[in-house]
Amino acid sequence: MVQILLFASLAQQAGTRKISLELDTPVTIEQVRDHLQNQLGQLTGIENALIAVNEEYADLTVEITKGDTIAFIPPVSGG
Amino acid sequence: MKLFNITNELINNQEVIDKVIHHNAGAVSVFIGTVREMTGEKQTRYLEYEAYVPMAEKQLEKIGDEIQEKWPSAKTAITHRIGTLQISDVAVTIAVSTPHRQDAFEASRYAIERIKEIVPIWKKEHYSDGEEWIGNQKGTEKYPEGRPERIEK
Repeated sequence: MVQILLFASLAQQAGTRKISLELDTPVTIEQVRDHLQNQLGQLTGIENALIAVNEEYADLTVEITKGDTIAFIPPVSGG
Repeated sequence: MKLFNITNELINNQEVIDKVIHHNAGAVSVFIGTVREMTGEKQTRYLEYEAYVPMAEKQLEKIGDEIQEKWPSAKTAITHRIGTLQISDVAVTIAVSTPHRQDAFEASRYAIERIKEIVPIWKKEHYSDGEEWIGNQKGTEKYPEGRPERIEK
């Protein structure tokens, strides 16, 4: 079970900010992204989103383990 | 006292400033970001900000650490507001104190530039003729390393 967090335009398209996926871990972020889109449909811009695993930026190659929280971070626009 | 925070409340600028004043500070540079009405032809009616709050606060803290590395005597405090903001509302207040003015000016500028790169906060524009999530303000198409990196000076 992994927790997925979505923000901004991604959350708006998905109609949700938070989703749990039952996945056989370890999985790669790319596999998580595919699962997510199978479940929610195509999310425009998700391929440009950065990834944070447990609140830290992570590379796409990082392996996800059970209990991780994965956030898809669209291009930021604070300030 | 939190030096780096995300809030739903109105920002009190003086409170942010007071966090960085101490006996060896000779300068405090304050940057205040406010909501602008006109961007080119586009008229903003109001803005909505959202954040990944725990991570955003961590990233603000990280900016504080970077400033500390570059300007060792600097003390930084940053508050960023989220929620619905009206024209002229304060979205972000940055205060940096240093012994001498030059460093304070440079460090406060560094802080706002870094916020626009690495802090998970998003702005949704509500224009007079539609709405859009704003991203990639710096015009970088993709992060070359797959993640935001330090600014090369």
